[in-house]
Amino acid sequence: MNDRPSLQQVEEVRASAARELDAAPDIQSLDEWRIAYLGRGGRLTRILRELGGLPPDERRAVGSAANSAKSALEEDLEVRRRELHRAQASANLLAERIDVTLPGRPTPHGRLHPITETIREITEVFVSMGFGVEEGPEVELDRYNFDMLNIPKEHPARDMWDTLWIDHVDEDGSRPMLLRTHTSPMQARIMETTEPPVRVVVPGKAFRYEATDATHEWHFHQVEGLAVDEGITFSDLKGALFEFARRIFGEERRVRFRCDFFPFVEPGVDMAIDCFKCGGSGCRICGGAGWIEILGAGMVHPSVLEGVGYDSQKYTGFAFGMGVERICMLRRGIDDIRLFYSNDLRFLRQF
Amino acid sequence: MLIPISWLTRYVPVAMPPAELAHKLTMAGTEIDSVEEIGADWERDKLLVGRVVEVNPHPNADRLSLPTIDLGGGETATVVCGAPNVAAGQKIAFAREGAMLRSNRSGKVEPLKAAKIRGVLSSGMVCSERELGIGDDHDGILTLDADAPIGAPLVDALGDATLDAEVTPNRPDCLSMLGIAREVAAITGAQVTEPDTAYTESGPPIDSLAQVRIDDPDLCGRYCAALIQGVQVGPSPAWLQAALIKAGQRPINNIVDITNFVMLEYGQPMHAFDFDKLKDGAVIVRQAREGERLATLDDETHDLEPPMLVIADPSGPVAIAGVVGGVATSVTEATTSVLLESANFDPANTHRAKSAIGEGTESSYRFERGIRADLAPRALGRAAALLLEIAGGSAAAGIIDEYPGRVDPPEVRVTAQRLRQVLGMAAPMERVQRVLESLGFRRIMGNDDEMVIEAPYWRADVRIEDDVIEEFARVTGYDEIPTTAMSAPIPHQAPRPFEDFRERVRDALVSAGMQEVLTYSLTSRETLDVVNGLDGIEEPLRVANPMSRDLHVLRTSLRAGILKTLESNRRVSRGEGFRLFEIGRVFIPNPGGALPSENQVAVGALCGPRGPASWLSSQADMDFFDAKGALESMFAAIGVHAEFEAAEDAIMHPGKTARVSIGGRAVGVVGELLPRVLDQFDLEDAAVAMFEIPLDALFQAAGERGAGYAPASKFPQAERDIALIIDEDVPSARIQQIIDRHKLVRSSRPFDLYTGEGVPAGRKSIAYRIVFQSDRGTLTAKLIDRAQGDVIRQLQRELGAELRA
Ligand SMILES: [Zn+2]
Repeated sequence: MNDRPSLQQVEEVRASAARELDAAPDIQSLDEWRIAYLGRGGRLTRILRELGGLPPDERRAVGSAANSAKSALEEDLEVRRRELHRAQASANLLAERIDVTLPGRPTPHGRLHPITETIREITEVFVSMGFGVEEGPEVELDRYNFDMLNIPKEHPARDMWDTLWIDHVDEDGSRPMLLRTHTSPMQARIMETTEPPVRVVVPGKAFRYEATDATHEWHFHQVEGLAVDEGITFSDLKGALFEFARRIFGEERRVRFRCDFFPFVEPGVDMAIDCFKCGGSGCRICGGAGWIEILGAGMVHPSVLEGVGYDSQKYTGFAFGMGVERICMLRRGIDDIRLFYSNDLRFLRQF
Repeated sequence: MLIPISWLTRYVPVAMPPAELAHKLTMAGTEIDSVEEIGADWERDKLLVGRVVEVNPHPNADRLSLPTIDLGGGETATVVCGAPNVAAGQKIAFAREGAMLRSNRSGKVEPLKAAKIRGVLSSGMVCSERELGIGDDHDGILTLDADAPIGAPLVDALGDATLDAEVTPNRPDCLSMLGIAREVAAITGAQVTEPDTAYTESGPPIDSLAQVRIDDPDLCGRYCAALIQGVQVGPSPAWLQAALIKAGQRPINNIVDITNFVMLEYGQPMHAFDFDKLKDGAVIVRQAREGERLATLDDETHDLEPPMLVIADPSGPVAIAGVVGGVATSVTEATTSVLLESANFDPANTHRAKSAIGEGTESSYRFERGIRADLAPRALGRAAALLLEIAGGSAAAGIIDEYPGRVDPPEVRVTAQRLRQVLGMAAPMERVQRVLESLGFRRIMGNDDEMVIEAPYWRADVRIEDDVIEEFARVTGYDEIPTTAMSAPIPHQAPRPFEDFRERVRDALVSAGMQEVLTYSLTSRETLDVVNGLDGIEEPLRVANPMSRDLHVLRTSLRAGILKTLESNRRVSRGEGFRLFEIGRVFIPNPGGALPSENQVAVGALCGPRGPASWLSSQADMDFFDAKGALESMFAAIGVHAEFEAAEDAIMHPGKTARVSIGGRAVGVVGELLPRVLDQFDLEDAAVAMFEIPLDALFQAAGERGAGYAPASKFPQAERDIALIIDEDVPSARIQQIIDRHKLVRSSRPFDLYTGEGVPAGRKSIAYRIVFQSDRGTLTAKLIDRAQGDVIRQLQRELGAELRA
């Protein structure tokens, strides 16, 4: 075999290389194969190196055959390598079994407080109707919380709001500051600084001097609404609040308005929705009534408009206010308002 | 306000079930909280009206008797009775065998069984209030009105329903049976029959016996009085007592009961004086004088002071006007002459007087709300008529009617245009007029477009056009008003960058795995002190009328609230990890009675194992770096880069606390809490990491960073790791600052930190992964080597770092 390189030798080497390649059992053995045939001292390499000893004609023919054998073998090697790789990969996959029933790697997750979420849901409904969103101070002046809302001092209407007063006495002996009992003072604040048209909702905290039980909390949230312009009527109030009720409590909701009294609106109403649970036949949620009161509303009282310098003959408007906790409780079937501020995570994590 | 249907039907027919009436009243503005029905479950053939014919002693028991009851139609029954008050001639409630009654023994409702009691068969029973389920009294039998028909079903004689109305403060007229009757009439179309107020005056002229002087006409606009002499004080007749009891009042004597009955009937508070005890027969309405005292019917003695209004005689006060009467001049068994007062007192002053003496009364409740002066003479006439009928005597001729506050009845103009403008619906004036007339309003003049109306004498709340429009709407029903979408153009809404930013922060903290909580805005001074919440603040704002010590001051820090939340949650699940945050307001007082600054703050607290028990990861407890990590995640989400440097905080670990800043401006603090603080919250066995970020500071700092955009390099990055030995107290941030300064360094991050064996004392080994990248081309190995060499040389020169072998 130590003869001069020949075409026959090239052919023999190629054939034996192809045989061995097909038989190579794994990727590691490919390296050995490559060294044996294509490496520095490999059989085909040696043929190429020894070509110099051949007469020119023969050199050309054997050289060309050896070169094409080399590139063919290199190509075959790649093909075989891929083949083996695939085979090995599927063999590996079969071996790499995991217990898919084990729990996943823990990732911390947080949630919004249900009140934050409910406020967002409510305000989004009104924003889509062209309302802006404003917030106001939680410590308010008597002036905005009561006086400018047509609730004069010494009037028993003030008893509708049990007030937490701030311990500060003015020179005239009065207590000017309080924890706002509703978000309504923002009606006066906004109109005082804005020319009509006004269309705004005000989410925020409010406070009452009140014993806490399953349906009462001294610390709660409201969303106030106000729309004032030329030509705004009670029928617009109905339209906006009907839309709200459908968006929050379901498309098929019906609404009902009854007369109620709030000093800063005239006429004043309470809006109820037909019970989304029983559809009006009476159940635990609606207390058997078939209807659930969800908010107070009315046409802004002319005295309130005049008080902020609006011409009440030209401008009319509606206002409404709702308890966020109540809306959230109704939607989620929560039966105890105290859950919101006890911040028990077993409760909060359900939202 | 309790409204027995039986009382209501004195003035208006009610032809619908009580529940339906309650609903209609509620829709029209008089909210009925509940309906209590009496006798709805009484069987007509088992509970009857009977008459006691005779009462014989029980042969075997002194305390029992054997009344014989006439049940009509010739039927009689003899029963065994233990009541001491049973007497011949009484009308009583008789129960046949099988009637469902509340048993005195078991307290349950069960059928009555025939039984032998001490050897005598009792065929039925004479019932007490309690056995019928209409009261608590079981000491004696219930006696019925003398004209109850014998043998009639008891439900016809005694059955009733009581509506509990929540009357809004604008409607004092509805604090009366007549007021409610008028609402019923408007709703049902029925007519109201007012009581007869005429009576016979057989005595001398009142002026010759009594005088009334109003010294303060601003506080007392009208004072009417009538005088009846020779009355017989005693218990009221059964009908009057029953009416008062059903309306929630306790019968006292016939005179007082009449004043209470008329108050409930008309809504006009009344008072009866023992005329003989009024010095000189004189009534003076004046302000109290400093130092005056009065013992009143509520068993108290009150110190009086101006501008409290009193009724006085020449010797001193005899009543606090509109609130409560004095003991000395009150009607007693011995009284023979009664001066009836029916007056009108100023609402605000009555409110002040009531507040000054404490509890209010039925009287002050009505005067505070502002009742019409026109009620006074009517109610007076009614009371005098009843008094003559029930207590006898003779009435002085005429009444006293001092009326310095006379006002014309309010007239209001209503236009079709305004009705459309407010309600969004048109209604013919004629229809509006009909509705208003059903409420007692009177049209004075008008045409198709407008009219002028006069409010009825009992209505004090209708003053402006929109009030009248509401009257029309509430009786018509709001269903009739169309439902429309606002047609006005949508106003421009100003952007609210701070609130939007705050909500992004909130969302980012949630994304960082934190649970939002909301806590009370009030806390205690002690709690604030524990968390050093008053740092730099002299005094927090206080509540003047706190509900409890724990809710006494306005919070100046959110730290305590979140620690309390942690505390309460750890109590229920100690082994759990908690990542909590709150965004809320703190209240920083301002001088001179100005409103406080309400600063919005985000605070977070992390405590306990990093994750739940897992087969995959360790359950090490969270620490400083978890809090910092949450913050970094939040900062990344809102697109700011913050720096952290060692700092101090009064409640945080001195070595584990960092000041957070953005572009050199402080935006908060993060650190681990001191054990002595955790002790105060029952968290002593925990490590708590906390951050506190004032949002206005963060907002400003974030707002100042350029909103620029840097295009990403299209050339590949190369990563290299270097390990340094460096003095322990050199902060990593300082090292990174030098690394990142090189123009080919894109970023760097520490990935290994080690002290101990192999590292000299006082030094640490810290390794960084550095990312190199150029905007101009692919970096060659040579260029990267050179850049890395530059970085290392800088670290050596500036920080004395050496490369770890
Ligand atoms: Zn229902």
